[in-house]
Amino acid sequence: MFDYDVIIIGGGVAGSASARELSRYKVKACVIEKEEDVCCGTSKANSAIVHAGYDAAQGSLMAKLNVRGNQMMEELSKELDFPFKKNGSLVVCLHEEDMPNLQALYDRGVANGVKELRILSREEVLEMEPNLSDEVYAALYAPTAGIVCPFHLNIALAENANMNGVEFKFNTEVHDIKKIDGGYELITNQGVYRTKYVVNAAGVYADEIHNMVSERKIHITARRGDYCLLDKSTGNHVKKTIFALPGKYGKGVLVAPTIHGNLIVGPTAIDVEDKEGTNTTRAGIDELIQKAGMNVKNLPMRQVITSFAGLRAHEDHHEFIIGEVEDAEGFIDCAGIESPGLTSCPAIGEMVADIVSEKMQLEKKDNFIARRKGILNPDTLSKEERADLIKKNPAYGNIICRCEMVTEGEILDAIHRPLGAKSLDGVKRRTRAGMGRCQAGFCSPRTMEILARECNMSMFDITKSGGNSKIVVGTNKDTLGKGMLK
Amino acid sequence: MKQYDIVIIGGGPAGLAAAVSAKKSGVDSILILERDKELGGILNQCIHNGFGLHTFKEELTGPEYAGRFIDQAEELQIEYKLNTMVMDIRADKVVTAMNSADGLFEIQAKAIVLAMGCRERSRGALNIPGYRPSGIFSAGTAQRLVNMEGYLPGREVVILGSGDIGLIMARRMTFEGAKVKVVAELMPYSGGLKRNIVQCLDDYGIPLKLSHTVVDIKGKERVEGVTLAEVDSKGKPIPGTEEYYSCDTLLLSVGLIPENELSGGMGVEMNPVTSGPKVNESLETNIEGVFACGNVLHVHDLVDFVSEEAAAAGKNAAAYVKAGAEKRKGGKEIMLKAVDGVRYTVPVAINPERMEETVTVRFRVGNVYKNCYICVYLGEERVLHRKRQIMAPGEMEEIKLTKEQLLQYADLKEITVKIEEA
Repeated sequence: MFDYDVIIIGGGVAGSASARELSRYKVKACVIEKEEDVCCGTSKANSAIVHAGYDAAQGSLMAKLNVRGNQMMEELSKELDFPFKKNGSLVVCLHEEDMPNLQALYDRGVANGVKELRILSREEVLEMEPNLSDEVYAALYAPTAGIVCPFHLNIALAENANMNGVEFKFNTEVHDIKKIDGGYELITNQGVYRTKYVVNAAGVYADEIHNMVSERKIHITARRGDYCLLDKSTGNHVKKTIFALPGKYGKGVLVAPTIHGNLIVGPTAIDVEDKEGTNTTRAGIDELIQKAGMNVKNLPMRQVITSFAGLRAHEDHHEFIIGEVEDAEGFIDCAGIESPGLTSCPAIGEMVADIVSEKMQLEKKDNFIARRKGILNPDTLSKEERADLIKKNPAYGNIICRCEMVTEGEILDAIHRPLGAKSLDGVKRRTRAGMGRCQAGFCSPRTMEILARECNMSMFDITKSGGNSKIVVGTNKDTLGKGMLK
Repeated sequence: MKQYDIVIIGGGPAGLAAAVSAKKSGVDSILILERDKELGGILNQCIHNGFGLHTFKEELTGPEYAGRFIDQAEELQIEYKLNTMVMDIRADKVVTAMNSADGLFEIQAKAIVLAMGCRERSRGALNIPGYRPSGIFSAGTAQRLVNMEGYLPGREVVILGSGDIGLIMARRMTFEGAKVKVVAELMPYSGGLKRNIVQCLDDYGIPLKLSHTVVDIKGKERVEGVTLAEVDSKGKPIPGTEEYYSCDTLLLSVGLIPENELSGGMGVEMNPVTSGPKVNESLETNIEGVFACGNVLHVHDLVDFVSEEAAAAGKNAAAYVKAGAEKRKGGKEIMLKAVDGVRYTVPVAINPERMEETVTVRFRVGNVYKNCYICVYLGEERVLHRKRQIMAPGEMEEIKLTKEQLLQYADLKEITVKIEEA
């Protein structure tokens, strides 16, 4: 009478990591996601930083999972083939009177178990990062901090879960949850699903989902963060992730290289009512531009190629809520996953899988596939290998996105692999086609053609990101002269 | 490694004119590398007329204009490769390119003509706030969808930017059944040609709102509307002037950027004003034997002038190949200085010994000037004082300098181009 042993609500990093770790066990599991793809909410719009772990309060679950996630990330990046780099981070202190705050951060880091932390003098910092502000007084250096591609991390986890038998249902939104004997009934826009266990990884909606089954209400605020992304020509402006030290001049913004060689500046922190409120505002972007210049000098803000906003799932107590809900047996929360959620996701997945497998007494599979191969990036090949590849598959000789030099071969791979891309944004997150300096001006018509051909879709059904985000609405002159025919 | 005398990067109007001219100047070994599936570049999607008035003394459409040059290139049996992306150019003129048929390959060139054109500035580059739904297109992307593929990108349209492509698309979208509600322009003047404002907006009753910009985009999946506001003299929106337009499409025509990633990679020196290479009288960059022309050098208004400029680049590349570096030495470069309303000049330097009988200097002004004078000073002496009723940033200006004139000044170090009031 149950459709699944476990349903995981949400295909972001938390849900996908949970799915992947659960797929090690003999279990019938399904991820349901309201969007048309994984990685469509908080997981797609964030700083893409793997935090060292000195920020979270000592003794908190956040601190524990941050440090554990940081330690797991490198190995996971090799296992699941997604881009990750330990570039290190600096928390910049500009004023001598803020030094106690820097020292407190260091102490907390050490207490949280962060390795290799050091406080650097002005001279040491400037030697490391010559483009830092002339005002720099000292900095906290965390060599274990890193940068990651959040899309590839999320997609890799989901693909690997899917390879290991976890189903994914997209465009499926939970409207209500009812407790039934031995489990739950999920009422969705796509029908009713019965499951023994539920994992609530619904991001900014995790409070709504939780409150459907529990009298112990939780509350999550969507806290918007605006970002600017700069052209790859600026990617070397700083090498490490540059954080501002919160002090009497307020909380600053970070400046960091991205794993793909751009420069990212952000985020703001603006609480919003609308859980879909990912609109940037002029005030937000102006604030970013002003604050970014405090720690890093000569920031080439004219080289911005795009700006965007993401929503943090801020729980009132700023803590991860992971565990079985007290008054809802078999309902496991994975809520309040805001920064350092991306960093923590491998550890979050592990924790969720531990909880569920113990409760359900699950047995491990002997045929679990731990490794997943990502989309081949021809840039990583030697000239000879690349020539061979094109000979075998000419689609790898056909550049579709000229800014990011993405070939048709990569786009075909993105479409046809497990949980493949179905929209322009799906292709973009998997291959970077359209993510470059022209922002898809040149390649979008060509990517549309490939999607239409490969997915056997009409051009009119191709979307930017599912739903009603259609690109073309008709054919030339299709409304003209209609009256005359009568 | 294959060898060619001249490799031309790009088979649009600039690349084609450069190739034809180089061939006519006596160089046989020429190869055009084109990334698209046919020659002609962006002209292929410019199906409106108005091209060729200067070059052919008749009004052609974009594809017809391109066709004239493609025919010449075919007649002259100029080699070209389509669907071919140039991945890298080294300073020693080794070009690495790729296509499906040949794979990844290298070519050694004696001379290179850079003719990659430009791209459109995107929404992101302007920091336009709001949601990021579908329905936001650069004008050129919409032009391709409509003119080459027959698809209508939207039915109710707001256009930001009065660049020529935006103006042309206002008319085209109207022809195809869409309602263009308004064109907003940040500056107090249009960035497009006067004739396009008359023929594309005025004739169809489409309002042009100068000193206005988009301050918000509404719609989570597809554009539902945009908010315009008036801006002050610094371009900042004035609170209280917001006006909401419901629409399903926002087209952007907010500037073109020369595509110089390859040039930069090989070490070509750039002019920050044009975002194109700095060139001398031969349209040669700081790397000997590497020439630039067309929109990769500086953004043009009229393709006729692209063809003219590119023909000069092709001829000079041929002369370079035929003579070898040796014979071209001698003489010294005089720098051009762009001041007082003149934003830049192409070229930035002239060597009178090396130049042809005349050289064309092209430039743009930084503001709208009425009843002012274009002035040229050779050293201290004013040699040109030409009255212009109106000059605007949207229209490229040109002057000609003669060899004879420049050689009269033995120790000339600087040529100044400026705008003077009456």
